Amino acid sequence: MAITREEVQHVAMLFRMSLSDEEIAKFQQQLSQIIDYFQVLQQIDTEGVPPTSHPVSLENVMRSDEPRPSYPPEDILANAPQSERGFFRVRAVLE
Amino acid sequence: MLRRPPLELYELTIHEAADRLARRELSSRELTQAVLDRIHQVEDKVRAYVTVTEELALKQADEADKRIAAGDAAPLTGIPAAIKDVICTKGVPTTCGSRMLENFLPPYQAHVTERLLDAGLVMVGKANMDEFAMGSSTENSAFYPTHNPWDLDRVPGGSSGGSAAAVGASECIYALGSDTGGSIRQPAALCGVVGFKPTYGRISRFGLVAFASSLDQIGPLTKDVTDCALVMNVIAGHDTRDSTSAPLDVPDYTQSLIPDLKGMRIGVPQEYFVEGIDADVRASVEAAVNKLQELGAEVDREVSLPSTGYALACYYIIAPSEAMANLARYDGVKYGYSDRRGDTMWQNMELTRQYGFGDEVKRRIMLGTYALSAGYYDAYYLKAQKVRTLIRREFDAAFQKCDALVTAVSPTPAFKLGEKTADPLQMYLSDVCTIPVNIAGIPAISVPCGFAPAGGGSASGGDALPVGLHIMAKPFDEPTILRVAYAYEQATEWHKARPKL
Repeated sequence: MAITREEVQHVAMLFRMSLSDEEIAKFQQQLSQIIDYFQVLQQIDTEGVPPTSHPVSLENVMRSDEPRPSYPPEDILANAPQSERGFFRVRAVLE
Repeated sequence: MLRRPPLELYELTIHEAADRLARRELSSRELTQAVLDRIHQVEDKVRAYVTVTEELALKQADEADKRIAAGDAAPLTGIPAAIKDVICTKGVPTTCGSRMLENFLPPYQAHVTERLLDAGLVMVGKANMDEFAMGSSTENSAFYPTHNPWDLDRVPGGSSGGSAAAVGASECIYALGSDTGGSIRQPAALCGVVGFKPTYGRISRFGLVAFASSLDQIGPLTKDVTDCALVMNVIAGHDTRDSTSAPLDVPDYTQSLIPDLKGMRIGVPQEYFVEGIDADVRASVEAAVNKLQELGAEVDREVSLPSTGYALACYYIIAPSEAMANLARYDGVKYGYSDRRGDTMWQNMELTRQYGFGDEVKRRIMLGTYALSAGYYDAYYLKAQKVRTLIRREFDAAFQKCDALVTAVSPTPAFKLGEKTADPLQMYLSDVCTIPVNIAGIPAISVPCGFAPAGGGSASGGDALPVGLHIMAKPFDEPTILRVAYAYEQATEWHKARPKL
C-alpha cells in the first residue's frame, strides 16, 4: 500500500480531523489506490517547465486601501454556533 | 421519448416563456405555479431539490408581473429557475449538500444571484448536489441522491446533478450550476440538457462556496442554446469582489446564435477517443462531427493533445490541495455544524470535521493534505502544476489551428445508482473528458447529441439515455462555442426530447 495506517492518521491530524478505526482502514486502502494512480505523472518529462500559477493570465489586481462598510456584526454572528457579547465563543485555548 | 408539442407551461424554454410574457398571454404567476405544480408532481421520484422556495417564488413572480406591466422587463424577468445549493442566496439555506452547512443562512447574495435578482429572478429552489461539489453522481449529497429523469434507477451525474435533473424533468425553466472538473457538463450530458462552463474568470465566483479556487466556475444549465446565451448575458462580467474575475467587456451572446459553420475549423482530438469510451457514445459523437461538417465546418481529425492522459491525475492532486485549504474554514466556531463533545478546543474541531463531512470530502481533504505535506510537495503538487502548464500549452497550440475542439462529454451514458460508490477511482474516471478543460481554464459546453440504449430494466420506462457533445474553445471565446452549439442544435432534434415521468 502506498500509504500506511499511521500516515492516514498523521495526514488527518495535520488537518485537525479525527477518524474512526473503520474509516482509517477504508481510507488507507482507497487513498493508496489513488496515490498509486498519481505515479503516472512521473512518466512525463517536465524538465524546465514552469508550474502554472494562474489558469488564465491576469496582471496583479490591486485596489486602494480605503475603509469601507462591511457586514453588520450581528448578521455575521447569526450563524455562529455560540457567540457572546459580539464575539465567537470557543473553549479556552490556553490552560 | 416524448416529442413536443403539446406543450405544458413548465416545458417552455426561457425564450418561449419570455415571448408569451411579453405578449401578456401568460403571467409569471401562472408560469411559476405551473413549475411548482410540476415539482409537486415529480419531485418524489427525482429529488432534484434540497429546498423548494415556493412562497418566495410566488412573491417574486408577482413582482415580475408588476415589472412586465410597467414595461420594465428583461429577458429573464419572471422565469422560474433553480440555483445550485453551493451558490449563496441571502436568507435562504445554502447547504452545499453537507451536514456541515445544513442550517447555514448566507448573510449576503452571491454575485450571480444578485445579477439574476436585478433581472427579475423567480427562484423555485436550491438544487441538490454532491457534498461541496465533490462527486460525479450526486450520490455524495449528505441528504439523498438525485435520480436521472430518463431512468430513475440511474444517476443524474454530478456534482450539479440536482440542477441538471431539475431542468431535464422540467422542474424549473433553467438552472445555475458550478463546474470544477465537469460538474455542469457531465450532468447536463447525462440528463439531456445544455450545460455551459465559461472561461475561468468570465463569471464572478463571489458567493460561490469555494471548492478548488483555480478551477471553479459558475455556469448555466438550460433546455437549449438560445437560453444558455440569454443567461450568460446576465451573469457574465467583471466583479471587483472576485479578483480573479476578468476585467473584460461582455459581448451580447445572442449575436453568436448563427445557424451555419462556414469557415469554422473544428478539431477532433484523437486522445479522447481511446479505451473506455462506450460504443454508443462514440457513434453519437462521430455522427455529430459529420453533421458539423455538413453545416460547413472544416473538420481536422488529426489534432493531438498528447498530455490528455495525465490530466486526471493532475486534477486529483490540484483540486484536493486547493479544497483542503478552502475547507479548513469549517472549524465549528464561525458557522456550520459544531461538535462540542470534546474536552478541548482542538478535540471539538476534530470531531466537528469527523461528523460534519462525508466520505468523499474527507478523502479529498486527505489527498490534498498529503500532496502538500513536507516531503511530498515536489513529487505531487509541484509536478501536477508543471503538467498543468503542458496541458495548457497543448490547448494553446491546438487553438492556433482550430476554432473549436469536439469530444464526448462523458465516456458512458448515465450509470446505475450505487454502481461506482465503492470505488472512488472509477467514479473519478467519469470526468476524464471534462477535466482537461478546467485544468486549462478554457470554456466548454455540453449539448444533447443522441441517445444510447439503456439496456436492462428501468423503473421509469425510459427507452434510452442521453449523450452529450462537448465543444471547447480558447479562453474567452464563448461566442465560438455558442455558434457551433447553436448551429448543431438547429440542425438536429435531440434538444426537443423530454423524459416520460
